[in-house]
Amino acid sequence: MESDVLDLARLQFALTAGAHFLFVALTLGLATIVACVQTRATFARSRVHARMTRFWGQLYVINYAMGILTGLVMEFQFGLAWSGLTHFAGNVFGSALALETLVAFFVESTFLGLWIFGWHRLNRWAHLAVIWVVTLTAYASAYWILVANAFLQHPVGHRVSEGTLVLTDVSAVLTNPSAVIAFWHILGGALVTAGFFMAGVSAYHLFRRTSEHELFLRSLRIGVLVTLPALVLTVIAGGLQFAAVNEFQPLKTAVFGNDTAEAARIQAEMAALHGPGDYLPPEGWTRAGGLIMILTFMLLFNISWVSCLFALIRPVALRFRLWHLALMATVPLPYVAMLAGWVFREMGRQPWVVYGLLSTADAVSPVSEGAMRTSLLVFTVLFGVLTSVNAWLLARHAARGPDAAALGRPPSPGEREPLPAVSL
Amino acid sequence: MTAELLAAALLGFFAVGYFVLGGADIGLGMVLPYLGRDPGQRRTAIAAVGPVFLGNEVWLVATAGLLVGAFPDLEGELLTGLFPAVVALLAGWIGRDAGLWMRGRAGGRAWWAVCDTAITAGSWTVALSWGWMFSGLFAGITDRPATGLGAALAALAVAVLFGSHGLAFAALRLSGPLRTRARGPFGPSGEAPTFALTSAAMALLPLAAGIRLPLAATAADDGTLAFLLPVVAIILPLLLAAQVWTWSVFRHRVTGPGYL
Repeated sequence: MESDVLDLARLQFALTAGAHFLFVALTLGLATIVACVQTRATFARSRVHARMTRFWGQLYVINYAMGILTGLVMEFQFGLAWSGLTHFAGNVFGSALALETLVAFFVESTFLGLWIFGWHRLNRWAHLAVIWVVTLTAYASAYWILVANAFLQHPVGHRVSEGTLVLTDVSAVLTNPSAVIAFWHILGGALVTAGFFMAGVSAYHLFRRTSEHELFLRSLRIGVLVTLPALVLTVIAGGLQFAAVNEFQPLKTAVFGNDTAEAARIQAEMAALHGPGDYLPPEGWTRAGGLIMILTFMLLFNISWVSCLFALIRPVALRFRLWHLALMATVPLPYVAMLAGWVFREMGRQPWVVYGLLSTADAVSPVSEGAMRTSLLVFTVLFGVLTSVNAWLLARHAARGPDAAALGRPPSPGEREPLPAVSL
Repeated sequence: MTAELLAAALLGFFAVGYFVLGGADIGLGMVLPYLGRDPGQRRTAIAAVGPVFLGNEVWLVATAGLLVGAFPDLEGELLTGLFPAVVALLAGWIGRDAGLWMRGRAGGRAWWAVCDTAITAGSWTVALSWGWMFSGLFAGITDRPATGLGAALAALAVAVLFGSHGLAFAALRLSGPLRTRARGPFGPSGEAPTFALTSAAMALLPLAAGIRLPLAATAADDGTLAFLLPVVAIILPLLLAAQVWTWSVFRHRVTGPGYL
């Protein structure tokens, strides 16, 4: 029964984290682009950039909502299903989660409300500052989450005292190479996701020859021109990560490289160190995750540089419809690479939840199988329905074009002046 | 000992912030069908929480963050012990938020009806889940959800308090017939004093539960608190400034629909 609870808890975590990351990836990248476009709109008083801000901003907000909803479950997931982890590593791991909520998400969420509803209420410079705060706190959020995750991958700055971990070196935890390199990798991947999303949606409008070709030509160019440097950043940080993984988690590298002799050697070493057991990560998942990530990257890289050439030649960019179709088809690929990368990172460290210190089996909460199964069902149904509805809303608003964007629509002239409030 | 006290005080502060601010828009969601008699009126009622619900619910995110950071053992024990109630809370919260976010992004009576139902049912689920958790926590039980008639009545009483708080908030934020309707159950008493009263009652909920929790015994190691608490102390004025700014920008009474 216990192993069933473990499998259910792992499935639930994979589902929650995967669903959350689908939306986070686009949010993080699109926030950056929207902030840059709004900066241009504000400084140059450019009408087309203001319309672009509203159009892409609306898609950003629709996507963001799902990121928050899945993120809420993420936050409570540790205590619900993995109380062994908070008991054992809470002194180190918990503070990173706490600071993510306080130093990053609290401000991010409050300011997001100001940005969405502050159009025509705040002056335009304050409104611009607000989107930059939202963007930078989103980065801070990603950093803190990766500090927490990196501690699980490569625990540093701690000692074991009476069966739990104690924090001994804050700066080692904050500068954990497993966090810092991953941060740049994620940032690059998020910009790749957002760049191809922008290019794909713009290509749809150019393909359909809608009236907005000027706005979407600009957007398409921004999108594809972002993807190229972003892919370079992603692959550099990815390469550095492989080196770090080889050092911190040699079994992951051995399994990924199909080096059975090396894997057997480290397995024997681990068994001598931690007692008898199977310390090999699931081979199929680890290898498939890593390979799909790399192959998708190579495909994206080639699409990216060819697209950069096409995008710069105006007649081609406006009329090459086969390429437009290809760009639309590319939109899902960065998500595939991202999820595959996470499967590689997380599956490849099994059977550990805190590498070398706490096994995943020892971390699962003492709850009944029925309770775990019910919660898995509840969250699966909720996320399934909401992700589908959200994808439909995104597609619908992407297809409708900038005039339909409700975000930041100027108030109608007939609207009454707000009454003074009693208090608050 | 001082560090643990400070950590407990911060936890209480963020929890009170959530129940007063976040509780108001949960309560408004509960009474939405009473406030707004058609989809247009309901959209106006929702506009009362539109710009602030994100900034309100984030107090709970911060409370949970502080709980796992400063009281990691207790966090695991509480969430595991109250497992079904926490899952219900999350499901209701997601449903409520999804309804709020998605309502204005498509049209048609059926769509609005689905979203309004999600908002109201989600809000009730959140309030009842809190009631269910509190009914055990008030008695100092942390390892299992309370059961029995007493627990059910306590849960219902907490939910009614959420709803009253939502109505009092709506009376302060809305105008015209919606405001009149929100004032209705409170009779001739003033809007601001009523809201102050329901706020005080909401603030008592987490405090009454908190004093029964073994906070001092479950606090994180001194090394962790010595890192965590100064950062929180430094960031706190900034967090409050962001909240004050939001409330001052959107302080006016709502007269028509907003973005949601």
